[in-house]
Amino acid sequence: MPFKYFGKINFTPFTKVDAFADYLHKGKLMGTQCKKCGEKYFPPKADCIKCMNDDIKWIEFSGRGTLHSYAKIIAAPKGFSDIAPYTIGVVDLEEGGRLLSWIEDIPDDEIKIDMPVKVVPRIFEEIEEIKLYYTIEKA
Amino acid sequence: MKIGIVGIGHGKFGNRSDATVQELAFEPFKQAIEDTENLGREDIDALVVGSVPEYHMQRSLPGVVAEYIGMNPQSVWLTEAACASGSAAIRTAYMAIKSGMHDVVAVIGIQKMRELSTEEILALMGRVGDVQWESIFGTTFPGYYALYANRHMHQFGTTKEQMALVAVKNHHYGTLNPNAFFQKEVTMEKVLGSAGVAYPLKVFDCCANADGAACVIMTNEKKAKKYTDTPIWFEGLGSASAQMSVLRRPNLVEIPSAVEAAKQAYAQANVKPSDIQVAEVHDCFTIAEIMAYENLDFCPKGKGGKFIEEKQSYIGGKTPVNVDGGLKAKGHPVGATGVSMTTEIVKQLRGDAGKRQVTSAEIGLTHNVGGIGQYTFVHILRR
Repeated sequence: MPFKYFGKINFTPFTKVDAFADYLHKGKLMGTQCKKCGEKYFPPKADCIKCMNDDIKWIEFSGRGTLHSYAKIIAAPKGFSDIAPYTIGVVDLEEGGRLLSWIEDIPDDEIKIDMPVKVVPRIFEEIEEIKLYYTIEKA
Repeated sequence: MKIGIVGIGHGKFGNRSDATVQELAFEPFKQAIEDTENLGREDIDALVVGSVPEYHMQRSLPGVVAEYIGMNPQSVWLTEAACASGSAAIRTAYMAIKSGMHDVVAVIGIQKMRELSTEEILALMGRVGDVQWESIFGTTFPGYYALYANRHMHQFGTTKEQMALVAVKNHHYGTLNPNAFFQKEVTMEKVLGSAGVAYPLKVFDCCANADGAACVIMTNEKKAKKYTDTPIWFEGLGSASAQMSVLRRPNLVEIPSAVEAAKQAYAQANVKPSDIQVAEVHDCFTIAEIMAYENLDFCPKGKGGKFIEEKQSYIGGKTPVNVDGGLKAKGHPVGATGVSMTTEIVKQLRGDAGKRQVTSAEIGLTHNVGGIGQYTFVHILRR
């Protein structure tokens, strides 16, 4: 599963962490961990910022976390007006690292910063080509 | 040896569909030369252009600008640090003069944004986050600042009304600035009632995309007196960076590069935040100005909302901020903004700011943030 299938519009089809899309397709949310210093990364990184080691392994993230902040996008950029308005959220993941995605199935007035949430791997069903993503949902 | 500013120029900001980018550059450049005594174009031995190239159809901007304003064959180059490109250009000019490589350097900050549609600009600016893991979810520039705003409101109790007050202040001062895009007062009701852009930010919480250019001419202490009786000196220059991705930032309630750059500038200038008598800060959104008060230590962390509520950033308050209208009223031609801020501080310190003059201002500050905080330049100037 090439990385170009990750995201409604993908801007970076080539990356050293392209296995991420494969895992996501199988329903797994994966990050990376530095084999030398143990630092965990989400979003995954092929190289460790901390110790500059380039030997990493894949580790599964639970998807559990808390909502750090959110924003309801009303004026959408090119390529996203068909789904506007939509709410993006930033999640502090339980295992460390953060993730940004759409908040789904939580009504506006129930969105609260610091609330527990879960991240769910998804496939766009309304788009013909395979498109992978994940959403932020009520825990 | 001290480095200072001996000439300034500022074009009209706004919808400049009457001019090409190089034609815009000519306006403040001509003014800046006329602003100095005994300075001819031939005395300028280098030109630094601050701009973000992606907005223009014309490629390699320094080339077309240098030719149009008649600077060939002098040295010319571009600096880019997103919305802080203008201040980045000033920093490189400072380095060039300080090193002795150049004596007199002109800096032109310039941008023509309105060749693109709003939808295209939203997409372009949204890609100033991490495109691999963030832009794929349709992030926008206002969206990123909305993330800051919601977290700031949650953590410190900052309110939408306090944010609106920043717009009310800056539009008020914009009425005193003929170069500003907008010269009309706005009320709190008008700000709060404007259309949503990225909740909690509304149209009047956001600065406008604009076209425009500004220019400063810089030289060393030895030459400055030849060109002006009132050189304005650079006393402290801070510059720092922060993570590209909001997912790797330590928190979302401050701009860490601003905190670090401010610390450097205060230390080099050997002044305290309370010594600053007039400041130009990067109010690309109302929440950005509130965070700037805190990051520059004009007030304690979390108290930025209260600072505007108490009118401490008005003339007569603790630290007058953006008394030329700020990005909010002037418009934000990204490459021009840092240079525009600098021209305002020079005017204030010369005592030439007219109706918006801060009485006997001697020390001023500029705070220019690039992108969503990836770069910040803080400059402290003195009469």
